[in-house]
Amino acid sequence: MSAMQKLMGWVDDRFPLTATYKAHLSEYYAPKNFNFWYFFGSLALLVLVMQIVTGIFLTMNYKPDSELAFASVEYIMRDVDWGWLIRYMHSTGASMFFVVVYLHMFRGLMYGSYRKPRELIWIFGMLIYLALMAEAFLGYLLPWGQMSFWGAQVIVNLFAAVPFVGEDLSVWIRGDYVISDATLNRFFAFHVIALPLVLIALVAVHLVALHEVGSNNPDGIEIKKKKDPVTHIPLDGIPFHPYYTVKDIVGVIVFLMVFSAIVFFGPTMGGYFLESNNFIPADPFKTPPHIAPLWYFTPFYAILRAVPPMFGSQFPGVIAMGMSIVLIFFLPWLDRGKVKSIRYRGPIYKIMLALFVVSFVGLGYLGLLPPSPLATTIARTFSVIYFLFFLLMPWYTTIDKTKPEPERVTG
Amino acid sequence: MKRLKNFLFLLALIPVIASASEEGPPLDKAPINLSDHESLQRGARVFVNYCLNCHSAASMRYSRMEDLGLTENQIKENLMFAAEKPGETMTVGMNKKDAKAWFGSAPPDLSVIARARGSDWLYTYLRSFYRDDSRPTGWNNVVFDKVAMPHVLWSLQGEMVPHYKKEGDHEVIDRLELAKPGSMTLAEYDAMVGDLVNYLTWMGEPAQLQRKEIGLFVLAFLAVFFVVAYYLKKEFWKDIH
Repeated sequence: MSAMQKLMGWVDDRFPLTATYKAHLSEYYAPKNFNFWYFFGSLALLVLVMQIVTGIFLTMNYKPDSELAFASVEYIMRDVDWGWLIRYMHSTGASMFFVVVYLHMFRGLMYGSYRKPRELIWIFGMLIYLALMAEAFLGYLLPWGQMSFWGAQVIVNLFAAVPFVGEDLSVWIRGDYVISDATLNRFFAFHVIALPLVLIALVAVHLVALHEVGSNNPDGIEIKKKKDPVTHIPLDGIPFHPYYTVKDIVGVIVFLMVFSAIVFFGPTMGGYFLESNNFIPADPFKTPPHIAPLWYFTPFYAILRAVPPMFGSQFPGVIAMGMSIVLIFFLPWLDRGKVKSIRYRGPIYKIMLALFVVSFVGLGYLGLLPPSPLATTIARTFSVIYFLFFLLMPWYTTIDKTKPEPERVTG
Repeated sequence: MKRLKNFLFLLALIPVIASASEEGPPLDKAPINLSDHESLQRGARVFVNYCLNCHSAASMRYSRMEDLGLTENQIKENLMFAAEKPGETMTVGMNKKDAKAWFGSAPPDLSVIARARGSDWLYTYLRSFYRDDSRPTGWNNVVFDKVAMPHVLWSLQGEMVPHYKKEGDHEVIDRLELAKPGSMTLAEYDAMVGDLVNYLTWMGEPAQLQRKEIGLFVLAFLAVFFVVAYYLKKEFWKDIH
């Protein structure tokens, strides 16, 4: 026995190192037919790590103080060695996190990855998405520019629309009557400690749940139903390592090329990743003429604005916005289709999914624009389609004409 | 089917609303060339002579101008009037309270003004002051109505007066005309403002040239890495059918 084997034996007697490695990498059997859409899970993990590492280095020079915050960001951009790179990686990472997560979620919609037995994976994933939205919102206050300040003001004011307790609730969140130094300090604490911990824990349970039931695949069939009679390994399964590790490296490089192109050649992305108004220090006495959240929130912001105030209250809009996210949690139970994958679904589901995507992207676009009567009409149409996609799902997935699923995975 | 038609109609309207949301007078394209060190040096000179009396650039260190091909001594002798050491940042003596009392609003810090406003806006703005006796300073601006800043560069550009045209039932400014020439011709003035805006654009992010240079190496490295990774994947996967 070599020294290495001896050492491994010593560790394995005390900690399940080899067993863990086998269970999650070398003997975790993933379907062999993953396509393009299956890159985004591992990419999301990559971006999470990148955000944590760049975040740690930013924290070393950032000052969570309303008098110093704006200038400390510029200090990082100019005087800290490679500070501009770290900051741009972090700001680009925030937007790219959402790009990757939206594509990852869309994959789930296409191939029915949320269906039994993967309901909990979906719910953990949705909780990750919620935590990510909170993390992005909190982090956006930190540069203390005009958009940071007024964006936070608008969002916290949504809580003030809650009947009876709204005013107290919003003061409790801000720690003041307006967004102020107290707000900045607590948002900083949540952004750098609380939510990263929540995110990491949720990602861990998301992966544990995934590895318990096994990955879905573009055919939406269970590879565990057809196992080798001797080895009990799924016939269509291949070990995650080395097959998917080497494949994901290719995906990682392509992703990093896109990521680097943004970081090095267009870190503001024409105002979508870094808004020009946010290069003006926060001024509580000067409301910008047009306040729009960053692009990843705009679909929900458009739904909020599409609902007219009722009884002099914005609360119905807030409810609609909340419901537009809550409904996604229920997908595993709303979908009654006989098959999981879009490959074997009937025409109704395909049309509904296409309409949903158009509505979601359309709402995202409309949320960026200043309100106008025409934009509101279109946003209302899209909002109705958005909700019907979920609310009618139990009905249209039942009547849809599906094709038979194959016995084994196809190419 | 009718629904689908309505829906497609609404989709077709999206670009229309987008263009309707753009506002303000049209902007002139600023002649930005960040690799033109001479232009940036001339712009830096205009900046410290005319802007840095009221406006600070508190994130910008004098010594950073070495990136523009200047030596420390050149910076000390030609560009540093309000600081002792080249490592200091570009601050001004005027305090915010006084400034607010004098101008109505404190002159903003200009460190990242080009990132906030855009180069084209700055280039147009600095060339759009006109005589307006109804304003306390005697000056107004086409792209920034009722601006608090007087036309600091008037002795160079001269005095512009507006020409109006009728639009519906009210008059709007059609163009500006030179009423009293300054010490420069209008072409010289435009070139000088071009240098200044070039400098402001560079100052907004002094690392931007270095950033693009490094970016090329990063992309080249990733391209090579991609080829290696692609063939590695192919080799591993050749038995999977």
